[in-house]
Amino acid sequence: MNAATRQLRNDRQRVMVTPEGIALPVVLASRGARFGALMIDLILIGLAMILATVAIGLLAGGTAKLGFEADQAKGAARHALDFLFILWVAAIFLFRNAYFLFFELGPRGATPGKRMVGIRIAARDGGRLSAEMVIARNLLRDIELFLPAVLLVGASAEGTDMGPVMLGATAWFLVFALFPFFNRDRLRSGDLIAGSWVLEAPKRKLEAAMSLGHAARGTSAATGAAYRFGEAELAIYGEFELQSLERVLRENRPEALSAVSEAICRKIGWNPGAGDERAFLEAYYTQLRARLEGGMRMGKRKADKYAGGS
Amino acid sequence: MAIFGLFGDQGTAQEAAIEAAALRSDRFRQQREGDWQRLEAIVLQMEAGRLRKLSDEDVLALPVLYRTVASSLSVARETSLDAATLAYLEGLVQRAWFLVYGPRVGLFGWFRRFLGGEWSRAVREIWVDILIALAVMVAGVFVGWLLVAGDPEWYFALVPEQFVDARVPGASREVLHGTLFGNSGQESLSAFSAYLFSHNAQIAILAFALGFAFGIPSLLLLVQNTATMGAMLWLYHGQGLTLDFAAWLSVHGTTELFAILLAGAAGLHIGRAIAFPGQQSVLASAAAAGQRASQVMAGVVLMLVVAAVLEGFARQLIDDTFGRLAVGSSMLVLWLAYFIVFRRTSNRSEHG
Repeated sequence: MNAATRQLRNDRQRVMVTPEGIALPVVLASRGARFGALMIDLILIGLAMILATVAIGLLAGGTAKLGFEADQAKGAARHALDFLFILWVAAIFLFRNAYFLFFELGPRGATPGKRMVGIRIAARDGGRLSAEMVIARNLLRDIELFLPAVLLVGASAEGTDMGPVMLGATAWFLVFALFPFFNRDRLRSGDLIAGSWVLEAPKRKLEAAMSLGHAARGTSAATGAAYRFGEAELAIYGEFELQSLERVLRENRPEALSAVSEAICRKIGWNPGAGDERAFLEAYYTQLRARLEGGMRMGKRKADKYAGGS
Repeated sequence: MAIFGLFGDQGTAQEAAIEAAALRSDRFRQQREGDWQRLEAIVLQMEAGRLRKLSDEDVLALPVLYRTVASSLSVARETSLDAATLAYLEGLVQRAWFLVYGPRVGLFGWFRRFLGGEWSRAVREIWVDILIALAVMVAGVFVGWLLVAGDPEWYFALVPEQFVDARVPGASREVLHGTLFGNSGQESLSAFSAYLFSHNAQIAILAFALGFAFGIPSLLLLVQNTATMGAMLWLYHGQGLTLDFAAWLSVHGTTELFAILLAGAAGLHIGRAIAFPGQQSVLASAAAAGQRASQVMAGVVLMLVVAAVLEGFARQLIDDTFGRLAVGSSMLVLWLAYFIVFRRTSNRSEHG
């Protein structure tokens, strides 16, 4: 992760407090991810609607044909057509409204689109995500998204002058579409009303413990050399450097390892040797961490190399 | 710690010291790693939607493990500088938190609770807004009536085009009477009510949505709609058909106007919460109001379905004033009874 993307992520970092009183860092979903998720969902809804329309249309076609062929079946066929029409209206209504509700009220709290891009909804106050919140945020979606679309379709079907209608629908749509750009937590108006927000769903593997390797205990597996650092040699770095070192060790790129070990050697006045950088760095990491964690237990912390104190 | 003995040939005291110090946080981690990994396995299964594959034990263990791991995180934050482990724990706690504090009821569970008392409770909670919206609607009828009574030209401004067929100022009593009765032979009633539903749902949703602008547009929309009614009422009153018109309207009108009243009130409720948040922050106030209002609105959609069925079927099938009034007023009584009298006695928790 380079500095620029880290900065972007930091913009989206928030702290949420769970009911147990534990502060959890959370990352807001990016607007792009949310847009992508919405597009996927809309495509899925569109497909479902088309399928339902085609299926009901085929049924209706068959029924109408029956009605034409047999005179006495006309009345029955008309009733059947009426019924199919109602079925169609109900199906469209359900796809439009119940899709989001059904999936977001499930245990995963995300529609298929959201799941694909790795985001989900949560309560803003860290408490339970209630059914009321999900209903509220999706009721507003109907207003934000479908109302202007319905307005446009309705106006074009009735043949009214499209200019002002288009303008109105676009303005309406833009007000709600741009809403997430004008508040700190990127809330959609539905989120604002519901008290919810959209977060990235984290995925992290548990990495190996660093201090359990051979070299971490001071003995290099390759050369058998034991690295021991004195108090003064450990005292120059703080937690920030420790965690940078941890990252370098975990990424395990040879050039980075040798550069970092060279820098440390220069700083502590050792003679940098080649070939055994990893063992050297692991040993330094473990002993530095032991020192800093020891200080932590005593209530003394050293944020970085510029910090005074211990 | 037997493995450490293998390397304990030189400087055992020093080794032990390093072990004690350096590995303290990692030893802490090793002792609890089993719990973490079990929680992660459960969370993974649930995230993938394979709830049925989980044993009952695992499901019951989830909240307990969540709290265990959350406390591990608290301890690790104070004692460990292992950034990767901390990040892992934070991620794991967050994922488990999503599940432990996720929605407890599905769509159907919610719907059952909704009909079983949540809806009427939400309606009762916004009674102030309902009274305001009601006052505005009544005022709207009067305004419509008075405007048209003063100058019949207003009729064309107030009544939308699709209603201005035979129903114009100066129409004879017979013509007006004809618009109210004798339509029972009309075809495709069901399609007609489906159309009516989507039309009315739009007005209701609009009345709700406009509540954002501090509720004022909601109220204007209510006035505009009821002014139309006032104007038409004046028209029929002029030919002595007031009661017949009221009956014709009431079949579905008591349900539909009630729904529009609730929608306007819900919009107003949100508008008021944003304009006057009181002690809370604007966001918290808007969220609390929004959750109540959305329950009311979900109910409004249901009421509009009922109204559309009544308008499409009952009004055309029942062709006399008395019958229509009976249907209309009994619907009104039914709704009022549901909202005011019906209260959930047992306070079930969220386990739907």
